[in-house]
Amino acid sequence: MTTTAELQTRPTVRATVRRPFNWGQLVVHLILSLVGIACLLPMLLIVSISLSSEREIALNGYRLWPQGFTLFAYEYILQQPGQILRAYGVTAFVTAVGTLSGLLVCSLLAYPLSRQDYIFRRPLSFYVFFTLLFNGGMVPFYILMTRYLGLKDNILALILPYMVTAWYVLILRTSFAQLPIDLLDAARIDGAGEWRIFFQIVLPLSKPVLATIGLFFVLRYWNDWFLALLFMNRADLYPLQYLLYVLMTNINVLASNPQTVGIPIPVQSTRMAMAVLAFGPALFTFLLLQKHFVRGITIGGLKG
Amino acid sequence: MTTGTMTPGAAKPQPHHGPLTRLFGGRRNLQTTLSLTLMALPGIIALLVFAYLPMVGLVIAFKNYRFADGLWGSAWVGFDNFRFLFGTDVAWRITRNTLLMNSIFIITGTVASLVIALLMNEVYTSWVSKYYQTLLFFPYFVSWVIVSYFVFGFLNAETGIVNQVITAFGGDPISWYREARYWPLILTFSHLWNSVGFGSIIYLAGILAIDPAYYEAAKIDGASKLQQVRYITLPLILPLIIILVLLSIGRIFNADFGLFYFVPRDNPQLYPTTDVIDTFVYRSLVRLGNISMAAAAGFYQSVVGFVLVLLANWFVRRINRDYALF
Repeated sequence: MTTTAELQTRPTVRATVRRPFNWGQLVVHLILSLVGIACLLPMLLIVSISLSSEREIALNGYRLWPQGFTLFAYEYILQQPGQILRAYGVTAFVTAVGTLSGLLVCSLLAYPLSRQDYIFRRPLSFYVFFTLLFNGGMVPFYILMTRYLGLKDNILALILPYMVTAWYVLILRTSFAQLPIDLLDAARIDGAGEWRIFFQIVLPLSKPVLATIGLFFVLRYWNDWFLALLFMNRADLYPLQYLLYVLMTNINVLASNPQTVGIPIPVQSTRMAMAVLAFGPALFTFLLLQKHFVRGITIGGLKG
Repeated sequence: MTTGTMTPGAAKPQPHHGPLTRLFGGRRNLQTTLSLTLMALPGIIALLVFAYLPMVGLVIAFKNYRFADGLWGSAWVGFDNFRFLFGTDVAWRITRNTLLMNSIFIITGTVASLVIALLMNEVYTSWVSKYYQTLLFFPYFVSWVIVSYFVFGFLNAETGIVNQVITAFGGDPISWYREARYWPLILTFSHLWNSVGFGSIIYLAGILAIDPAYYEAAKIDGASKLQQVRYITLPLILPLIIILVLLSIGRIFNADFGLFYFVPRDNPQLYPTTDVIDTFVYRSLVRLGNISMAAAAGFYQSVVGFVLVLLANWFVRRINRDYALF
């Protein structure tokens, strides 16, 4: 399989050659543009609904272009931010804590696995790897979390289960194993302990792979609804995605906020505005750091 | 890229010690071993708790679980839970839906990703190709909850876009969320929308790795574009295709819970075509509180899934060791 390096270098070979206009190429561009637009269309629709006035929606239905353009839905959300702001806070907290601690624990586990001279390397590799092949499924997990760990309605339930993911550990291990071994040996001869080597040499040299795995973590936590669906009944600890799900089934959750009594809720547009506010940051992160994802996939996508 | 998971390629600096000291190789290496083990410890514990304990918990499927009695206090009931599960139509329905929908996803996903990758390859030198990739890739990072909003925007019976189009052409609006028969198609579209960009990037990487000399030679012999695809590109990435398909077959017993739960909005009227093992387990466990039933279905899924992964891996190994999971 290729790496991104190859993906990026190959065009220069041919790009300089001038060729006559090619109808086949035009057709290919046309098809790809259409598929690309199809990918974008749903998002466009949601944004458009969120910017439409409630009356026009009731009259004409959803349209791909905002009708009776208004920011009322967003104003409405920002005026009574209680629940929404809280959900943002919960998601931001879970994402930050989960990503940082997950990265730390996963790389701490990956580093010994990358060391050929570590005597437990093989059994420990198997221990990590086996979790990719077999798992106990939802029921034992649920009972463990609720009855034995007492994590129901606890914010830790939204963080801990994803912290160590075998797949990330294996990618990190492969990457650590490719570090120049002389460098580590030199540090060892200078008397540096394993912890020091790890924090002062291994981690700083592994920034690219840490960025990739970090991004996987960020999106995983940011987009997660599963753990909340299983373990969270406390409305003040709902993460964003789960709140969205609850709003989908019951928009009146917003109205239970005492400040909103008496104001008619712009149900349709507010719901969609919530969705926009939820995926906006994720989309932004994605656009900003897309190349790290592409690299991550080409490193490990096959076995993901 | 990663090679065989259990065989990293670096040279092995082995200590040269006697049999007794080899275990730890003297005090210095003992210290190293201790440090490294200590580093791994938090991860080891996390996996123990969140991955291995649930495996032990699979015995629940053979018990009449009662919350008050806990896992070990509850009574053994042998295969009663399974007898009960497979005595209903539901077991057949969720198995069929899981296998059928995943098969459709594998076929359509593979074909669509391949076609897109081939098209992308044709215009790879163009400055716009980067934008195609971004557009196609971004749906992969949209959560299923948000996708359910998207689908709702299109299919909502009163205000949705699709019914507007249908009525504009003089047709009768369709209650999408009440008619189970449309859902295999809707779910397939949702899945394609979500995954095609991701799949095409993997195939594109495979295509770009092909030696350009093949194409140069083919051009000299006067091969058309289609002939090049047919006789060079496809044969050369065939192993990659087979491997990816086999690996997805290994996971065919696991449905994408978010897709099947949120996008049809968990509507009982749609269960005939949208209820899969994962949604059934969740519903029995959390909503109906029927833990025995959920445990039996979960056990069934875990075990069959495990066997399928092993089988798929065995096949992949026979084709190309490097691509096997182990």
